[in-house]
Amino acid sequence: MPQVRIEKRLHRRRWLMVAVPLGSLMIALILITMLLVATGHPPVSTFRRLFDAAYFADGALTTSLISATPLAFTGLAAAVAFRMRLFNIGAEGQLYFGAIGATGIALLLHDQSTAVLIVAMVAAGAALGAAWGAIPGLLRAFLHTNEIITSLMLNYVAALVLNYLIFDSLSYWRDTSPAARVFPQGKVLADAATWPVLTLGSLGIPFGFLLAVAIAFGIWVLYTRTRFGFEAQVIGDSPRAARYAGMRTRRKIVAIMALSGGVAGVGGASQIGDFRHVLDVKGMEQPGYGYAGIVVAALARYNPFAVVLVAFLLGGLQNAGYALQGADFPSGLVGVMQGLILFAMLGGELLVQYKVTFSRRVARPHLEVEASG
Amino acid sequence: MNNSIVVVILASAVAYGTPLLYAALGELLAERSGVLNLGVEGMMLIGAVMGFLAVQRVGGPAGLVLPVAIVVAALAGAAAALILAFLVVTLRANQIVSGLALTILAGAAGLSSYVGNNFNLSTDPARYSFAPVNAFGLQDVPIVGPIIFGQNWLVYASWLCVIAVSLYLSRTRPGLNVRAVGEAPAAADAMGISVTKYRYLHTLAGGAFAGVAGACYSLAITPQWQDGLTSGAGWIAIALVIFAFWRADLCLVGAYAFGAFSALPFTLQARGVTVAPELFQALPYLMTIIVLVVVSSGIAKRRLNAPASLGVPYVREER
Repeated sequence: MPQVRIEKRLHRRRWLMVAVPLGSLMIALILITMLLVATGHPPVSTFRRLFDAAYFADGALTTSLISATPLAFTGLAAAVAFRMRLFNIGAEGQLYFGAIGATGIALLLHDQSTAVLIVAMVAAGAALGAAWGAIPGLLRAFLHTNEIITSLMLNYVAALVLNYLIFDSLSYWRDTSPAARVFPQGKVLADAATWPVLTLGSLGIPFGFLLAVAIAFGIWVLYTRTRFGFEAQVIGDSPRAARYAGMRTRRKIVAIMALSGGVAGVGGASQIGDFRHVLDVKGMEQPGYGYAGIVVAALARYNPFAVVLVAFLLGGLQNAGYALQGADFPSGLVGVMQGLILFAMLGGELLVQYKVTFSRRVARPHLEVEASG
Repeated sequence: MNNSIVVVILASAVAYGTPLLYAALGELLAERSGVLNLGVEGMMLIGAVMGFLAVQRVGGPAGLVLPVAIVVAALAGAAAALILAFLVVTLRANQIVSGLALTILAGAAGLSSYVGNNFNLSTDPARYSFAPVNAFGLQDVPIVGPIIFGQNWLVYASWLCVIAVSLYLSRTRPGLNVRAVGEAPAAADAMGISVTKYRYLHTLAGGAFAGVAGACYSLAITPQWQDGLTSGAGWIAIALVIFAFWRADLCLVGAYAFGAFSALPFTLQARGVTVAPELFQALPYLMTIIVLVVVSSGIAKRRLNAPASLGVPYVREER
């Protein structure tokens, strides 16, 4: 039996950083092909239909961008926090609160101009998302409570708040006119609250997507060009070293969690301003943008520009999933594909971080290890 | 007396707490070996859909089909756990991201939904389900009757599981070994305990428990199939393990406490009490947060016995 030895790499090889993800993607494609064959879908034509529906068909790119925009926001939200090893899983709830804030302010300022409304909606979305994200941050910073579980629990609470506002109360957000009594729904925003679309030929780029790119740039600057970002990374990598260096750990935990929540909150504002124009409960809950954002961030290795790119690719896949959904293409299939891609990528990470050697030699005692004790 | 609201709530707390209990026991086993399994929710959904599929498609009397369905659910959960174990033990992937990935792969918009759609499971209720059993004919005894003796078989089996897991971890050699693996894998390895084997086996056992937990929903509580029917119970189970200080007996207490909160809105609605249902539905989640805060700060911190190597991949070459 061949011996397998796994050692930590001291230096990361640059070519591996490119080769491994590509190799992982190939393995994922092979796994997906096997899955398709096993479930009785012809792989070649299914892939062609997927790519057509995602990128090549008329208007496919535009709709893929619509799917990609929320993923870019939640992906950036996850990337900001995960980079500091703060596992904020609450982007889902933070996005809901951003949407609640943006809708509320847009209803309040309904007679204002589009420019004012955009600024107000982004600000309100960011503020509410940041507030919701700061809760697990404060608990983590001051009471040492694990942020994974708390941020996750708050997702369910946020979803219930959303339901309450539209279905079980006569809130400011709910349309209480007699016509809307049959099925509860939110108040539709004024036309001025619709965010513009940048059109390039037949391609329409939502304003929210451009905003996400700008935020990605901002995050890149924060983490590579500022003292704050540097310190946040040190705190993430080695809390003890950071404390000895006199860095203010607690503040940064709260600040980064709030920033993460704020980015997700702007994503919620974009959902309202760009696409939905009403506090649409089921429409926002069903796709699970927050959880998909974590996948996006992990695939992008928490690099903000890569997040936008991965969001675009996965957004295309998701859009294709919706487009093809039907009797011969059940809804769960795209989720399975995403999972397989993610598994392949996560597994491939081993080859980047460790050196794996196979040898046919019989195991023999490692003298040098014994000598060094 | 047995229809008094307190008894009804307590009885349904036990029923609703049972899936949480199974899932928490599974998570407990995995965490004791040092694997933080965040894929519980996905494993539960896989178990729920596969158990339900077995009940709908396997022919035979209820007494045969239901146990088969439970076995299928457990195997399905374990199979899902195998993927996680391979990633986090063999490939040393990040446990948090891997667990989430598994929930995405298997969860409400993934494999479980695919299976449900593919076999058209959401159209019919379960052919057979676990109905309450009148144990020893004591169901009508005041107060304790409905709470303890009027439950279904899954509830009774869960009590045996609590005892078994508790004794396993405190009184048996493999149980002590698994604790060593979770606390100090390098020391366990030096003692000749295979860290890899123990982590695989306990992650798989955790998956099997999660699968059964899912089947509690699709075969006893609901009993039907719909996408995402566990609605976050897997995550509550993860919090429960922390709440229970990594002890099986306290998992039972915690599971029933959370079960009571889940049962409250339905019971109150049936009694005609009109309160916004969201308020009660939010209680289990808020309780989890409060409990976590209490448990992780101050005096409780010293008593907390989290496995020291929880979430840390073991690399023999780096010890």
